[in-house]
Amino acid sequence: MPTRNILSKGGDWFGGEGPHHQIVVSSRVRLARNLSGKPFPGWAKKVERSAILDLIRPQVEGLPEMSEASSVSCQDLSALEKQVLVERHLISREHAAKGLGSAVVMNRRQTLSIMINEEDHLRMQALRSGLQLRAAFKAINKVDTELEEKLDFAFDSKLGYLTACPSNVGTGMRASAMLHVPALVLSDQINQVVQAVNKIGLAVRGLYGEGTEALGNLFQISNQTTLGEREEEILERLQKVILQVIEHEQNARKTLLQNRPNTLLDHIGRSYGILRHAYSMNSKEALNLLSLAKLGCDLGFYPDNQRRAVDELFMETQPAHLQKGSQKKLATEERDILRSDIIRKKLETFSAPDVDGVMRRGKEGSGAPADPDSAPGTRGQAPFSE
Amino acid sequence: MLCDVCKVETASVFLTQIVEGKMQKVNMCEACSKEKGVSDPTGFALADLLLGMGAAQPVERSAAEGNRCPKCGFTHSEFTKTGRLGCSVCYSTFSEGLEGMLKGMHKGMRHTGKCPERLQRSLALENEVRTLTQELRSAVEGERYEEAAALRDKIKTLESENLKAAGAGEK
Repeated sequence: MPTRNILSKGGDWFGGEGPHHQIVVSSRVRLARNLSGKPFPGWAKKVERSAILDLIRPQVEGLPEMSEASSVSCQDLSALEKQVLVERHLISREHAAKGLGSAVVMNRRQTLSIMINEEDHLRMQALRSGLQLRAAFKAINKVDTELEEKLDFAFDSKLGYLTACPSNVGTGMRASAMLHVPALVLSDQINQVVQAVNKIGLAVRGLYGEGTEALGNLFQISNQTTLGEREEEILERLQKVILQVIEHEQNARKTLLQNRPNTLLDHIGRSYGILRHAYSMNSKEALNLLSLAKLGCDLGFYPDNQRRAVDELFMETQPAHLQKGSQKKLATEERDILRSDIIRKKLETFSAPDVDGVMRRGKEGSGAPADPDSAPGTRGQAPFSE
Repeated sequence: MLCDVCKVETASVFLTQIVEGKMQKVNMCEACSKEKGVSDPTGFALADLLLGMGAAQPVERSAAEGNRCPKCGFTHSEFTKTGRLGCSVCYSTFSEGLEGMLKGMHKGMRHTGKCPERLQRSLALENEVRTLTQELRSAVEGERYEEAAALRDKIKTLESENLKAAGAGEK
């Protein structure tokens, strides 16, 4: 399948579905693998790297999961196309910097992506929407099992899978979930949560991983350690912590509604006004305002059928996605204008926040509002609906 | 110091060579050095040629700056710079320095997770071959030759299977 087709359309995992989808945007599990006795990509000479790619690539393309895949060499991707893939989390920022001797193979649904010659010979990942760490692991584990029949992976009985960086040795697994936690940020509890999560050996990062800013109230939680625990144990530990963070976020939302309704209404109302009426907007502002619109959907300020537009805008307003449709490279100001145009158009029919309805339902709920995430898979159930 | 070759005479010729980044030392008496052609500069290309493979022990194999991975040529100072290793063999080359680092990084020091199925199968095969070999020995001792012949054939089949399985990954 041509890469152009993959780039033209978003992935299935970003659909705003799955268990706990209101707070957990997506789940991701990646495995790092290397060929035994071959120099790691960072140390291999150009010729060696190309030879390794030629060895791995046909095996990856031959996977049953990749029957309708897009397989593309890094040097054949334009800077813009690479950035689109980064924004979709299909390749890492490091991989986007690669050229000759590196490639990426992605399935049509964009739920699987396999980077060849990133930091390790193979970085394979499965993506799912909502909190589906186990499902993501199951998918990528199957791919790994299929590949290890064909390729000789570097494995040590004591240290497990051997990776370029010692921080990945053992399982070579990094599992992460992207959480949308606006109420924890609005109520200044996020730092406490981040510290607590760090203390128990899990990492909290911004939107695009290591060293990136937390935009749009989006945070990634992932395992830090890879040696000494089984894959299932790591996933279990991560899952438990994520469920706790979800609970904290839900409590923070309830508290905001009950104790500081004006602060919350002000944020929701302003985001609505600016998103609908701005004529220039940078991506940071867009993400933060869209985050509040998303919170508005979760809390029942907007009808459920408006949720998808907001979810889609999260991706469509990212710098590379924005420019994908235009023929020439856009300057920053041009991008900001285009971004606000896209948002205004998409939210043209967006109804104003139903403040009265939310407040009334909140009172009727008599302090025991329904758990928005109690029914996995149901979309956009308001916390204060019957 | 005794001569490494005859182990009788006192060594008077000291040969030091750097091979693949590792220092090798050979000490010889005059007679042995002549016999091995050390006086001829073209005659001692490798210390291993003189004493047989592996006889010349590499010295200073610790975490010295000049330590190189025999497989990929990666050095310890390179690791200090990038924090990444050169190849899978580097894990044993630099194991001493890595151990403390891994301890600080991870929950444990031993992998308990997934193991490649092919490796599991070959380990199981090895175990089976070991058991069968023991049975074979006792069969021979007990002069049960028919049984021994059957066991020998079975071991042969298993071993060739194992070789085939190991070879599949090399292609």
